[in-house]
Amino acid sequence: MSSKSAFQTATGDSLPADISCRWPLFVLLSGAVFWLLAGSILTLIGTIKFHAPDFLAEPAWLTYGRVRPAGLNAMIYGFCLPSALGLTLWLLARLGRTTLAGAIPVVFGGLLWHLGVGAGVVGVLSGDATGFEHLEFPSYAVAMIAASYLVLGVAGVLTFRQRAERGLFVTQWFLLAAIFWFPWIYSTATILTSVYPVRGMAQAVVGWWFSANLILVWFGLVGLGIVFYLLPRLLDRELESHYLAMFVFWMLILFGTWTGIPKTAPVPAWIPMMSKVTTVLAGLALLGAALILHRTLGADYRLLSTDPSLMFAGFAVASFVIAGFMGIAEVLSGASSMLHLSWYATARSWLQLYGFFAMALFAGIYYVWPQLTGRPFPLPRLVRLHFWLAASGVMLAVIPLAVGGIVQDGNHANPEMAFVDVAKGTLTFLRISSIGDVLTLAGHFLLALNVLLAIGAFCWDRVRIALRTATIELQEQGVNS
Amino acid sequence: MNYGPLVFLAAFAALAASWFGFVLTPHLQIGHLQQTNTVPSGVSYPVARSGLAQQGLQVYRANGCAYCHSQQVAQTGTLFDLVLTNPGTNQASTVAAIQSINPRLSQPEVLEIIGKVPVHLLTMVSKSTAEAAAKTVNATGANAVPWIVPIGPDIQRGWGSRRTVAEDFLFDYPVLPGSQRIGPDLSNVGVRQPDPGWHLRHLYAPASVVPGSTMPPYPFLFEKKKVGRVPSPSALPLSGIATVEDGYEVIPKPEALALAEYLVSLQAYAPLFNAPLSVALGKPTSPTETNSISISGGDKAPSDISMP
Repeated sequence: MSSKSAFQTATGDSLPADISCRWPLFVLLSGAVFWLLAGSILTLIGTIKFHAPDFLAEPAWLTYGRVRPAGLNAMIYGFCLPSALGLTLWLLARLGRTTLAGAIPVVFGGLLWHLGVGAGVVGVLSGDATGFEHLEFPSYAVAMIAASYLVLGVAGVLTFRQRAERGLFVTQWFLLAAIFWFPWIYSTATILTSVYPVRGMAQAVVGWWFSANLILVWFGLVGLGIVFYLLPRLLDRELESHYLAMFVFWMLILFGTWTGIPKTAPVPAWIPMMSKVTTVLAGLALLGAALILHRTLGADYRLLSTDPSLMFAGFAVASFVIAGFMGIAEVLSGASSMLHLSWYATARSWLQLYGFFAMALFAGIYYVWPQLTGRPFPLPRLVRLHFWLAASGVMLAVIPLAVGGIVQDGNHANPEMAFVDVAKGTLTFLRISSIGDVLTLAGHFLLALNVLLAIGAFCWDRVRIALRTATIELQEQGVNS
Repeated sequence: MNYGPLVFLAAFAALAASWFGFVLTPHLQIGHLQQTNTVPSGVSYPVARSGLAQQGLQVYRANGCAYCHSQQVAQTGTLFDLVLTNPGTNQASTVAAIQSINPRLSQPEVLEIIGKVPVHLLTMVSKSTAEAAAKTVNATGANAVPWIVPIGPDIQRGWGSRRTVAEDFLFDYPVLPGSQRIGPDLSNVGVRQPDPGWHLRHLYAPASVVPGSTMPPYPFLFEKKKVGRVPSPSALPLSGIATVEDGYEVIPKPEALALAEYLVSLQAYAPLFNAPLSVALGKPTSPTETNSISISGGDKAPSDISMP
């Protein structure tokens, strides 16, 4: 009996869903945190080259054109996707009042995923990048990631199917669509750009389609799915409203899926034109998301500060909306404007990728992790500190880059100005944005520290319980004999 | 009623629609592009890059050049020049006609330029202005033709003579149109810098050939070694701020040579049916090279220019 109560203390009030998700999420999330650190360090190395072009110029594998995609891909495939998938599995189990289907295969799937990302990052650094943005990983890495996704995706669908709670919450719609959409876009893009490449610019169109579908639609579905779960849960009130959330869902998959083709793309004109129209229409999803946050909070934004996960979630929604409107401004800018080829575009996609999606994932990780282990994070104060570092880091990276991009675009439109001067005009902004990169990196160390200590404490608990159980058994045996 | 399956099917259809629209249709359209002819010369375009240039494309891909350099020249519109190709025999009326379309020209000036055909009588005017002026001039027995001139900041910057089109990338794998202009657009860098040696020096020490360049150097594409009894003929001629210790020389590796060859092969200026521009026949270069005398359009109102 005493052994059972000791077990309860260690697991706290974890539900069956939490217990079944424990090891799968440990693997997916801790690996994700590792890649988060690795990705931001690689990105920082790339940024330093704008301060000193000669910095680390000698080794081929640290040249800007390799560290930049390696860092970004570590961020997307190493951090964003595995943590998104981990949180998706947990949410599907929790919302369905069931346990995770195939927990042990998912543990191995998670390991394989992170191995695949490792192979991909090394591949990009060694010069094996495919050349297609957000699809740089070479085929051997993609094979591992795809095999792993098969396990994770099937586990998600099976978990959904075995749910005990038949009624569906909006989050489940978002996540289920995401589970189906990722293999579709990823296999299409990989096959048509690398396995059986289509001809000429058709490759680039497929690549742009994939990028937009990953970063706007897929990130949108999962990120908003997480936020729409967390808001009512942490505020202890209803989501305002389910209909509005379904509206956002439809706008994303109807219009968001047709975006991403740049206006100067050397392709038949209807393709960028179509993309321009749908980018504007997808703005309805932004309005919807903003309205949901506003109405669920009852216009009282101070409520966000009651929980660090709410702070992350609120910041994420704000970033989603701002990044979306930056995208609309980009497609609507005049014919001679090249904002989409300037730092403005980098700022916008970073705001979407990090300000929105990574922040939503942080919200989810900080909310879910303590439920898995049954105890709060060992250093709870660092969670709030991480928020402030991340928030200021994003703003310090995005605002200077966006302003710098607008300045760059203005100078660029003036053919009298030598290109070298246009390029130099952006350096001050770039250098300020490096401070932002350093701040976000510092935040990542705080998250890593908490995760490491939490796993350590959890394992130590397990060892202690095992020892105590063994001691009690021995004592009982001693009494009996 | 359970709407679940219905919503699922509708969502499936919405996602599938984007796949049909932005994957399948572009593939059917662009994926079946064939080699075309330049207009009006009728030369096959594009031709596949040389083997060395194709290797260079792989060096360009492996080192992520596309993260800083785009290959997409934008064009914001099209304007017209009026070019006199034949002054005719009736000199007095031709001069009068030219003066009527471009009153800024004095009689001696007109007499001077009509001896140097082909010459630009009007530059950067609207299509209707150019056509009306051509009619006036041609009525005298002279021959003047409107020339198509693509415009836009990229073109004024000298990055190309027309917009980039899908045909320019027909035989490339992977296509690398780029997404950033941290460095200049390279669609036509082979026209601007046709010397592979320039590209090699630029890759080794960018600021030595482009003062103030923010591009990082690529020393790993080169080999630094002791000068033998005879200096290597392929050693990089270094000068200025790009130097190497005494007794050493810098030899480009095969990757560097391939990359330079690829950069020189980047020449996407051929006039095509879907990206027209006028060039002097028999001389496939940009129209500005026909004759250095060009006179700005006399009746050109700012509203004639469709550039925003």
